[in-house]
Amino acid sequence: MTNEEIRAIVIETLKGIAPEIEEGDLRPDRPLRDQVDLDSMDWLNFLVGLHQRLRVEIPEADYRKLTTLDVLVAYLAAKGF
Amino acid sequence: MIEFKLPSLGADMDKGKFLEWRVKPGDHVKRGDIVAVVDTSKAAVDVEIWNEGTVYELIAEPGVTMRVGSVMATLLAPGETPEAAEAEKRTRPAPVAVPVQAESVPVTAVAAPVVPGERRRVSPVARRRAAELGVDAETVAGTGPHGAVTLEDVERAAAAATTAPAVPAAQLDKQAEMRRAIAAAMSRSKREIPHYYLSERVPLQNATLWLQAENARRGLTERVLMAALFLKSVALACEKYPDMNGLYRDGKFEPGAAVHVGVAISLRQGGLIAPAIHDVQKKSLTQLMQDLTDLVKRARAGSLRSSEMSDPTITVTNLGDQGVESVFGVIYPPQVALVGFGRVAEQACVVEGGLRIIPAVTASLAADHRVSDGHRGALFVAEIHRLLQQPESL
Repeated sequence: MTNEEIRAIVIETLKGIAPEIEEGDLRPDRPLRDQVDLDSMDWLNFLVGLHQRLRVEIPEADYRKLTTLDVLVAYLAAKGF
Repeated sequence: MIEFKLPSLGADMDKGKFLEWRVKPGDHVKRGDIVAVVDTSKAAVDVEIWNEGTVYELIAEPGVTMRVGSVMATLLAPGETPEAAEAEKRTRPAPVAVPVQAESVPVTAVAAPVVPGERRRVSPVARRRAAELGVDAETVAGTGPHGAVTLEDVERAAAAATTAPAVPAAQLDKQAEMRRAIAAAMSRSKREIPHYYLSERVPLQNATLWLQAENARRGLTERVLMAALFLKSVALACEKYPDMNGLYRDGKFEPGAAVHVGVAISLRQGGLIAPAIHDVQKKSLTQLMQDLTDLVKRARAGSLRSSEMSDPTITVTNLGDQGVESVFGVIYPPQVALVGFGRVAEQACVVEGGLRIIPAVTASLAADHRVSDGHRGALFVAEIHRLLQQPESL
């Protein structure tokens, strides 16, 4: 899977949680949670959504690292997608 | 003969628009069965029945707005015959649904199906959302079972339709209606309830470490949020201080038999809803987390049960997630207390005579002076503090 494909899945999953977001408005190098209104429940559901689509385990200890869209895509790519 | 009336679905609801029946005459129903769907300003609510019996006559008409207490249907009590019911009907005025206003177009009226003679399967929530978004549900491609049109399908279709206005008029009306409902309930609260407020900084060192260890052992879908610990600690504290848990009605306080915690949930399109998780005092953290996830999902999709809307005996709000340090709530009448949690953040705390940086949260209580006073409130807050120091016992 290319990084673009992973990014598309991430955006689609995010839209499932926050339908109001516009992809063009998202800065991929800025913290996601500063740009999208996600509480801790939304964040968990977002990661569960990624888990269900990509069959990837994301340990809680890694949550802090997953700040921006770019970082998230690189993280998932490094997991073998 | 049993009269099934439109129940109250919370202090901010005195009427509801009847959408559809989930039963038909002759159906046997028991306590807790969903019999109808009613739209309020906040959500489409699955209305449960609290009697056992056989559906006799359906009175409410789809699309008609009815006042709380209007007779929606009649049922035969177990063992009762239709003849007996007819005889009883003659001795009293015929039950009539009291429409608030007749709607020109019933909500459930559908446009001509795309395939003649075959009615599309569209979930009620999807149909309602389609009306809000100005999407014709009959033309949306369905991805649900048997090609059923789901909420997601409707929203996808709406997003694809670039010609649609950004915020349809129907949705604006809905938002205005919800704002009015919230305003009415909160004005009543501030007018009638003599609030007092307390707050307390609660160290969460133990709770955080315990949760980290616990979540490291769990898969992503089984992980527990701090919010579940907050809910459980409040419920257990309510068992010890029952004057925080219950309803104040007709000039007196009725303590709750169980702790049904209303969870304040913000809706993405604006507004707020606080449906209940039932019997929180008895549930495990894992169970609470599942219930909470499900409740948030359904609240945002606009699909709640009538008991969830009408049952809360205390409310918890978790505004800290949005970054504020503390929140002082407005009690949701006829409840008598609201517990607020601020942001969980690292703070400088004095622990055993030394200064340490540990996670902590500001917990607050807004409570009703007609029922309790600051002393009891303080003991209640101290109990929440104590319980959160022993996460393994929650």
